Amino acid sequence: MSAVLQSLVNQPYKHGFVTDIESDIAPKGLNEDIIRLISAKKDEPEWLLSFRLKAYEKWLTMTAPEWQNVHYAKIDFQDISYYSAPKPKKKLASMDEVDPELLRTFEKLGAAMHERAALAGVAVDVIFDSVSVATTYKQKLAEVGIIFCSISEAVHTHPELVQKYLGTVVPVGDNYFAALNSAVFTDGSFCFIPKGVKCPMDLSTYFRINTEGSGQFERTLIIAEEGASVSYLEGCTAPRFDTNQLHAAVVELIALDNADIKYSTVQNWYAGDEKGVGGIYNFVTKRGLAKGVNSRISWTQVETGSAITWKYPSCILRGDNSVGEFYSVAVTNNYQQADTGTKMIHIGKNTRSTIVSKGISAGHSNSSYRGLVRIAPTAEGARNYSQCDSMLIGDQCGAHTFPYIQVHNNSATVEHEASTSKIGEDQLFYFSQRGIGAEEAVSMIINGFCKDVFQQLPMEFAVEATKLLSFKLEGSVG
Amino acid sequence: MIIENSSTILSVEGLRASINGTEILKGIDLTVKSGEIHAIMGLNGSGKSTLAKVLAGHSAYEVTAGAVQFEGKNLLELPPEERARAGLFLAFQYPIEIPGVANTQFLRLAYNTVQAQRGKEELDPLEFDDFVREKMKLLEMRPDFLDRSVNEGFSGGEKKRNEILQMALLEPKLSILDETDSGLDIDALKIVANGVNRITNKDNATILVTHYQRLLDYIVPDFVHVMQAGRIVMTGGKELALELETRGYDWITANKQQVAGVTA
Repeated sequence: MSAVLQSLVNQPYKHGFVTDIESDIAPKGLNEDIIRLISAKKDEPEWLLSFRLKAYEKWLTMTAPEWQNVHYAKIDFQDISYYSAPKPKKKLASMDEVDPELLRTFEKLGAAMHERAALAGVAVDVIFDSVSVATTYKQKLAEVGIIFCSISEAVHTHPELVQKYLGTVVPVGDNYFAALNSAVFTDGSFCFIPKGVKCPMDLSTYFRINTEGSGQFERTLIIAEEGASVSYLEGCTAPRFDTNQLHAAVVELIALDNADIKYSTVQNWYAGDEKGVGGIYNFVTKRGLAKGVNSRISWTQVETGSAITWKYPSCILRGDNSVGEFYSVAVTNNYQQADTGTKMIHIGKNTRSTIVSKGISAGHSNSSYRGLVRIAPTAEGARNYSQCDSMLIGDQCGAHTFPYIQVHNNSATVEHEASTSKIGEDQLFYFSQRGIGAEEAVSMIINGFCKDVFQQLPMEFAVEATKLLSFKLEGSVG
Repeated sequence: MIIENSSTILSVEGLRASINGTEILKGIDLTVKSGEIHAIMGLNGSGKSTLAKVLAGHSAYEVTAGAVQFEGKNLLELPPEERARAGLFLAFQYPIEIPGVANTQFLRLAYNTVQAQRGKEELDPLEFDDFVREKMKLLEMRPDFLDRSVNEGFSGGEKKRNEILQMALLEPKLSILDETDSGLDIDALKIVANGVNRITNKDNATILVTHYQRLLDYIVPDFVHVMQAGRIVMTGGKELALELETRGYDWITANKQQVAGVTA
């Protein structure tokens, strides 16, 4: 590989600073007492504590899965702190009361908070380490009946909703990391769109891990009632540490009749250094239940960070005519690993799903697409279209595709297309022969490659994603 | 056209180049002056496409000896993009596909890059659209060409036309057409040749790399060079191509010294 490719992918991580904020950290280790401590700190009702304890019991009986195409040293779950909150822990009435040091952090991050949020017209919930520190536009949303707050708050203000839906899409014992999350989750976002309401603005959560040695376990729950619709954005960054940090979140989406939920993620957790030291383990369970007729769940993700990304945002298409979508760009560089994809479970009649996955690997990284399309016997007339494209930059990286297709109804139509391409010398030579330099060429090739996914993102996010990718791959071509 | 006292655009002296340690070009001498059209002919493996790529600066090849002057500059020390910006154009034998990138976007970026280098005005998308549509008429290209991804799903003929369209846009000083005739049916060949003929003038020069005489019926060369085993073994006028057509390349091998002596 020529020197141009090499230099294009290797740029320092911008968000690697640590904010000097006093934190309230629980001692390292996981046991029933820690779970009771978390629950007590958050002043939780009894039912939630028993939800956690049930999950913990379940987790104790499980072992970490090993089927994924990623490699890492065993995680010592007793060496993680399961609770870390910025002090002071008094209730915040408005953004003005947020610790200025924290606000500066978000200014550095360029997170779309206050003025920026106002300009962009996006309501933001910010999760710092494990605790929600601020939610904007709450009042304005409340006027149309939308509840958008941290999940800890929702547990107190709308316990009946949380209790009704929590764990219904991702049960406590669903998988090893979902069980862990159910036992120890500290915060996350809650969003409820009542019947017939189209959410007037994009809702957004910004996740930040700050404390070394702490894990982040958020729980997000979004419910769209009959005829409701919402577009939800999630962004994440973390400081640069030499140790690996675990991020094991659970996101549950529920769409009732004719409801529409669009969930977009731009994930930029710290990926470790160029030798593969440090970085976030991003082991996340995301699942949406298209429960009602004509409902629609759409996942769009741009995964650029994390030492290891291991997640499958999925759709259970239970309602007749419901629609599931998954649009993904996963970029890996240096020693990053990604095993990501989706599951489309067709249960209702005439359910439709679309999967568009774009994997880009550079450096010594490895990227896998893993996806399941399951057509249940009841899914008369179901249709799926999957397209999985991989692009390799350089000759030290790998791309893999693992499609699983299970069809139990012969009226179904399932299509799968896959391709692998390589940004090689010949492509770059073509550009350079037209006067276009390598960096611009790679940026153009990558953006062309990802176009089908980027055009699904809300405007602001699409711009950010484009920049992030160029930045990420800068120096990898040569 | 051969013009008396016209300026030299390209001068190649004793050029040797190898790929992965194997020497392909074994001492090439070639001078191209403005206004001229040169044809380089030869069998597969004779080194003609390698010569084209080496001149354009493909990084897979290593130049081991010789000198190349392009418009008075040392061409060999320029990276490929600067050679392009200086006015050296290569029409590819196998143009690459760029999925998801609209042709118009690519063409405009290439055009503006070269314009900027020349200190000329760059065009915004609307201005460029008018400009490129005018050029497309030269090559009888349909407007939907602009919105399609670069070369993706193009037929062989469409790809070659797209190359010549780029040549028309970039107005190079020297164009090297690498097997532009291969894979073209006779109608497409005529369109492409006609396009090239309208671009060539007394201030620029063209090198046609080709296997067959057919292209030379439509783009008439001033000089024909025959390559064999990495060297130019014979140089003549346009009649040499016809001679080759009837007698075949074996005839060259047999008469190398003699004929070369006559024409040189």
